[in-house]
This record gives sequence, structure tokens and C-alpha cells, in this order.
Amino acid sequence: MTKEEKPGWKSIPRGGLILDAGNATQYRTGGWRVKRPVWNEDNCIHCLFCWVYCPDISITVEDGKMTGIDYDYCKGCGICAEVCPSKKKAIVMESEGQEER
Amino acid sequence: MKRVALTGNEAVSLAMKQINPDVVAAYPITPQTEIVQMFSQYVADGQVDTEFITVESEHSAMSASIGASASGARAMTATSANGLALMWEVMYIAASSRLPIIMPVVNRALSAPINIHCDHSDAMGARDSGWIQLFSENSQEAYDNVIQAIRIAESANVLLPVMVNLDGFIISHAVENIDVLDDEKVQDFIGSYTADYSLLDKDNPITFGPLALQDYYFEAKRQQVEAMKYAHKAIPEVAREYEKLTGRGYGYFTPYRMEDAEVVIIGLGSTMGTAQVAVDELRKEGNKVGLLKLRVFRPFPKEELARMLAGIPVVGVMDRADTFSGNGGPLFADLNTVLYGGEERPELYNFIYGLGGRDINVSNLMEIYRYLLNARDGQTLNRVNYFGVRE
Repeated sequence: MTKEEKPGWKSIPRGGLILDAGNATQYRTGGWRVKRPVWNEDNCIHCLFCWVYCPDISITVEDGKMTGIDYDYCKGCGICAEVCPSKKKAIVMESEGQEER
Repeated sequence: MKRVALTGNEAVSLAMKQINPDVVAAYPITPQTEIVQMFSQYVADGQVDTEFITVESEHSAMSASIGASASGARAMTATSANGLALMWEVMYIAASSRLPIIMPVVNRALSAPINIHCDHSDAMGARDSGWIQLFSENSQEAYDNVIQAIRIAESANVLLPVMVNLDGFIISHAVENIDVLDDEKVQDFIGSYTADYSLLDKDNPITFGPLALQDYYFEAKRQQVEAMKYAHKAIPEVAREYEKLTGRGYGYFTPYRMEDAEVVIIGLGSTMGTAQVAVDELRKEGNKVGLLKLRVFRPFPKEELARMLAGIPVVGVMDRADTFSGNGGPLFADLNTVLYGGEERPELYNFIYGLGGRDINVSNLMEIYRYLLNARDGQTLNRVNYFGVRE
């Protein structure tokens, strides 16, 4: 459980109802991640296979070119690294928190 | 208002016809009841506007009722015994999603051994599902409870499903003269139902039954407790209005000859009618006996019962179901909890009786009163007694 203040039973909607549509963006599923994809721009050929395969729309693209990974929603499934066709992989999976060690 | 001779099943299906629900979902397997069979005839004859959904199991009957209710419909179904047991999983979803579904239940034993006769093990299996549970003594009460159930369930801040219990065969199949309301009077009493939220409201899209893990599930459950507290308030309010309409009053329970009573029996359902005769007989002999017929089992009217029973030396608790805890039946357990720590606490004795439809008559109940009278006079009596079982 996070320390973030959540509404209590007196203020949440009745019966667990969700009253707003399009609320999936409020749920930052990036917290589920055990491994994170790390993008190396130098190796990227901008084929956008990762963008096609990503199940969480977490590959950011501008003007037909990949610009990065949205870690707020990336669950770390690793599909992007798997499908990356570049000889020197442009996306590799690293354990979460590795860089802090 | 007119007086007609009806079985319990007929009385309940008539009440359903007069309610004219938007949706009824039912599955006709044994042990289903004639209630939905007769109701389906009303549908076929065009006497109601109801969408009748024939489903493939009781589990689906409750699921379809939930879908209908979540769409803003007034939804009903009816069941019995193992059929109720098959609904069990989905009944929790109905209550937790705060859907005011109404379900008459003809109380019958659960298998095994296979048995179709009256006991309360079906209703008691669902007692913690979050449904409001009313019990009826006879066809009249079953009819009246079904109509009141609509108003209780749909009360603001309550919005919980209601189960109206009536004893299998003893009420469901026996013919009694009952007073029934005119159709328009029933419609005036229940009014129209407008759900706050509907799955069909495309302009205000909502999600029913979402995932709520460690972070929100507990809060949703806590809300349900509060809804039950509101139900506790709504039940007598609805009863007062119903009394104005019919002259028939209903409370959480009905006391019978409780003045100066030293030995009291409390219980649910049709046996309480039989017990009234036993009380009359014993009173003729000068015994200070009384009776408390409990109508509202969930929410449990704890304060009212504690007040009513305070100072009575001996109380016999009648359970037509066992918990197999080794410590008696469900009503016995609840009453012990309510009275524990109270002042002038009665001595409680449990009688588990009538399982699988084992008959219980006036002389049986007089015998139970005599055990309790002897206990009052100092004779030893087991806390939990299995009455009418062969050794």
C-alpha cells in the first residue's frame, strides 16, 4: 500500500462503481514492472515494430520516429525488446533499480 | 382489498404480478417452485409487462437479475434449496454491487441425503451474503413481505437485495385465506423505480463490478455495513406505511403474550404460528410463557431483541438449521452474541428441530416449553438440544 491519501468509504461511489469513463490513464501500471526496457537511440532503425507490438501503448513516437518509452504505463513485459529486429538491439531489458546499485 | 384462498406460492406469484417487475429471470429445475411457473403464465397471458428470461441455471438466474438491475430494471427471481445454494457466489455480487433485487425463497433442506422438505438450511447458507432476509409465518405474511421488500430494497441509502423466506410446503403448498390488495394499490405503494446509475445510460458511462484490491475492497464492504444500518431504519418505516394501507402491522419481530412471561420461545417461520397455540394452551394452565416471532433476520435487530428479552429468565431458541459448529444453530449463535454482556441476561437454550421437514406440532412445542419451564425451576437442560430426532 502506498502512503498516498485515498478516499474513505464515506466518499467513494456506492458499491465499488466507477462513475467516470476513460479513467484507465489514472492507473499508472508502471509500478508493476520488474524489468524495464532501455532504449538505445544509436541502435534504433525506427522500424516501429515495438510500437506495433506494445500492449500498453507505451512506445512514444513523433513524426514517424520513436522517441522513447512511457514508464508510467510500461509493465515491463519485454515484447518490445523481443521483436526489435536491429542486429545490435535498440531495446534491452534491465532489472528495475539496477542503475541505482 | 379482497379475501381469496391461495397457496403460499400462488400468493407470492400474485404479489409479483401486482408488482409487475421489468425483468424476471428463472430456471425451472427441481427444486424450483411454482412461483416462477405461475408467474410465467401471467407473462404468457399478457397480464404483466415483464421480460421473462429463461436461463440455464440458478447461477445464471441471479446473474441475469444482476445485469437487469444494473441496467436500472426492477428485477426479481425466485428459488429454493439447492437452487439457492447454486446462486451463492453471485448473491454476494448482487449485494456488494448494491442492486435492489427481490427474491422469494421457498425454504427447503439442502442435500444430502436428498430431501425437498422444509428447513432453513438454504436461507442460512446465504445469511452472510449481504442480503436483507425476511421470514414469513404464513401466506399472508409472505405476500405482504414481498410487496414491502420492493420499498425496503429501493430505499435511498439502502439499495440492497431482499430475500423473502417462506417455509417449503407448510406455507408454499398449503391453501389459506388471505387478504390481497388491488393491483393499483400495490402500484401506488411501490411507486416507480428510477435507478441512480444504469449500464444503459450511454451519456453517463459507468463501470459495475470493477477490480478493487487491497486499496478499495475493504471500503466497499464497510459501505455495505452502513447500508444494512439504513435497512434497519427503512424496514419499520415501510411497515408503517403498509399498515396504513392494509391495517396489517409488521415489526422486526412480533411478541405474543410476552407480558410477565418467564419462559419465551423465539424462532422463524411457520412454526411460530404453531407455537402460538402451544402458548395459549400453557397459559390456560397458568404458565407464564410467551413467544417472539422474528421476521427480520438480516439485518439482525440486536438492540430491540436485547431490550425485549432482558429480564426474561429462560429463552428457548428454535433453529430449523444447524451450523455444525458444535454450538447450536445460527439464530442461537446470533442471540448469544447480542445478549452477551447485557444486563438481566436470560438463560438461552437451543432447540434444533424440523430438519428435512420433520413435523413439529402443538404438543411438540408444549413439550419444549415444559423443558424450558423445568429449566427455569432449576432442572438441568442441555444448552443445545436436537428435538424430535431418534436416538
